[in-house]
Amino acid sequence: MSELKNKELFAEPVPCSARPLLFDDEKCIGCNACANICQVDILIPAPEKGRHPIVLYPGECYYCGACVMACPRDGAIRLQHPLMNRAKFVPVRKGEHHEA
Amino acid sequence: MQTYKWPYKNELDVTETRECDVLVLGGGLAGCYAAIAAARRGQSVILVEKGATARSGSAGTGFDHWESACTNPCSTVTPKEIAEAYVDEQSGYSNGIAHYIECREGYDRLLDLESFGGKIRDTDDEFKGAEFRDDETKLMFAYDYKNKFTLRVWGSTFKPALYKELLRLGVTVLDRTEATALLTAVVDGKKRGVGACAMNVRTGKFLILRAKATVLTMSRPARVWLFNPDLVGLCEFRPTQSIGSGHAMGFKAGIEFTMMEKSVKGEFSAAGRSFPPYGAGNNHNTWYAATMVDARGVEIPYVDRDGSELKTVSERYYPAPGQKFFLKGGVIDNPKYEYRGPETLDFEELMRRGYQLPFYADLSRMPDAERRVIWGMMVGEEGKTKIPILQNYTERGFDPTKHMLQSYGTGWQSANFLAQERQLFGAPGGIWHDWDLKTNIDGIYAAGDQLFASDCASFACATGYYSGRKAAAYAGTVALTAYDPAEAETERERLLAPIRREDGMDWRELNMAISKAMQNYCGGVKCDALLLEGLDLLESFEREIVPQICCKNPHELMRAHEVFDILTVSKLILHACLARKTSSVPLCFERTDSTETDPERDRRFITVRQENGRVVYDSHPLGYFGDLETEYEKRNQDYIRNEQKGAYRK
Repeated sequence: MSELKNKELFAEPVPCSARPLLFDDEKCIGCNACANICQVDILIPAPEKGRHPIVLYPGECYYCGACVMACPRDGAIRLQHPLMNRAKFVPVRKGEHHEA
Repeated sequence: MQTYKWPYKNELDVTETRECDVLVLGGGLAGCYAAIAAARRGQSVILVEKGATARSGSAGTGFDHWESACTNPCSTVTPKEIAEAYVDEQSGYSNGIAHYIECREGYDRLLDLESFGGKIRDTDDEFKGAEFRDDETKLMFAYDYKNKFTLRVWGSTFKPALYKELLRLGVTVLDRTEATALLTAVVDGKKRGVGACAMNVRTGKFLILRAKATVLTMSRPARVWLFNPDLVGLCEFRPTQSIGSGHAMGFKAGIEFTMMEKSVKGEFSAAGRSFPPYGAGNNHNTWYAATMVDARGVEIPYVDRDGSELKTVSERYYPAPGQKFFLKGGVIDNPKYEYRGPETLDFEELMRRGYQLPFYADLSRMPDAERRVIWGMMVGEEGKTKIPILQNYTERGFDPTKHMLQSYGTGWQSANFLAQERQLFGAPGGIWHDWDLKTNIDGIYAAGDQLFASDCASFACATGYYSGRKAAAYAGTVALTAYDPAEAETERERLLAPIRREDGMDWRELNMAISKAMQNYCGGVKCDALLLEGLDLLESFEREIVPQICCKNPHELMRAHEVFDILTVSKLILHACLARKTSSVPLCFERTDSTETDPERDRRFITVRQENGRVVYDSHPLGYFGDLETEYEKRNQDYIRNEQKGAYRK
């Protein structure tokens, strides 16, 4: 058992093609509310107190927004979809239509 | 790349044993309700959840429709009517027991939620006077405004409220803990569930959880055919970590499954090929019944089941002349004539008439209340919409009175998939059970997405609660039974093996290989030769590749365990496919080595389980559950007498 107890555990961020979460250093107070609520557990607390958590596994993000909902400081954490997933919208066009 | 010291304790060498009356595995809606039911009956309860219960599961950040609320005060339909319609709609391949429980008790669970602090009524009078609102009760309805049995609810308030209630009732909630295996014992020649093994996904601590009764409330399987190692979290519709571990441990323990041969062509996600759920223009589910237009801005007509064009928005929410009610929602894709509701014209017909792609959802043309309820309430309360869609799109400048949102693919699907890109969706297979939601193993119950032909949120809540009270009743009749320490030790070694290795294969490579194998050997068409080759390949992965998987920390260890479970579930699916020898339309099951489709002799539930390392098949008639109302009332007089009147409600 001691081999496991003494095993050094470490974490290397696993990069992916997207950046699901962005932090605003000015606003984040490093409370880790986002890391504590994430059901996929993709964040770890920063080694320095008061800093924003580290997105260790961005590719595992499920894009649910629970982290943003849990954040006590508006705008400290932002969720963004991968570029390919940003749906297009355009101004309404006038065609024939039935009146509601 | 920076390397960090693992921020959590190393407890890889720690084993902790805990005891309870009722053990609940999975902290989504079903699990929370199972735990609440058991705790209300004075049982000691442990709930195990891989994420954080306050926001975990498919409905963690919300849901918008509460289906089959047949007993709400405004409903004009009965539980029997709707449950039987669901069974008939699925040509008998449906879970009559669970659907009846949903129809009969679902609304009671919603009242529970309100008492816990969830929002189920328009108490802020935002929609006062709207056609879909009952101004007396302030309840709001969706789909069928005449019969009023689907409610619009503020689901983003529900999980935090349930979590608070669990703590208030004294339930021991073990967050960040993955359940990994069931423990069983043989008592008087009969197998019995005696608890489960689990592991903390941050520290690696191993847990032996002893219980008198166990309830399985984990997810349906996922990432079986669809995987992309880059954007793992976008591979499927449900949460990243919800991959069917409950099915895997159940199959290994000898639990019987049915309908596992059913899979459908991908509908959502697939590693980002589609768009964020409810985030593209469409007129289904959350967006029903949005006004759709083509590229020129010409409105696309809605028609009733007889093809008559509807002139107003309001008509989209009413049954056709001569029709009592219509069905829409979760598992209802292309309903039979009897239950078919208003829908936009067929894609092919639109092309014939010269409508041009792309299509858009144009809410600006809808009455104010209908527009606000779709964009702002339903988009906002459903699944992953509050932040990812409502907030993000608004920040990008989207205004539903000024903009229209594009649809993708042909028609309304947000992408087109190939026949071999499959998912367990649309009432897929799961655990076979009796009227107590008990599995074939004494002391082990199931609910929610682990049941066969499962549905949505109200299904999860209603069956969760029901399973919890049946499990509690059973727990009251037995003593804690001894488990086999050797069985627990073997499980512990299995779990720790990947972290003992210094070098090896990453879990993603194995997941990728499994999904490719399933696409190749269990795709759109099946035959024995292909299925057997697939099984042979997966068995070689188990023998040769599983012992090579390696990881650096408990989080990656959890991901490795998940892929081992995906491998087990894939084998279960192949066995189930091998057992059905003819094609079946309702099961979306096509064989090239049989010329028959749905012959009478095969119109049965085929079940699969393991016994002493051997796969055993059985079958049951489609209507095995009997008359739904009669059978339910035979077994639930205590509930009818007490709880329907709100005995436990504050």
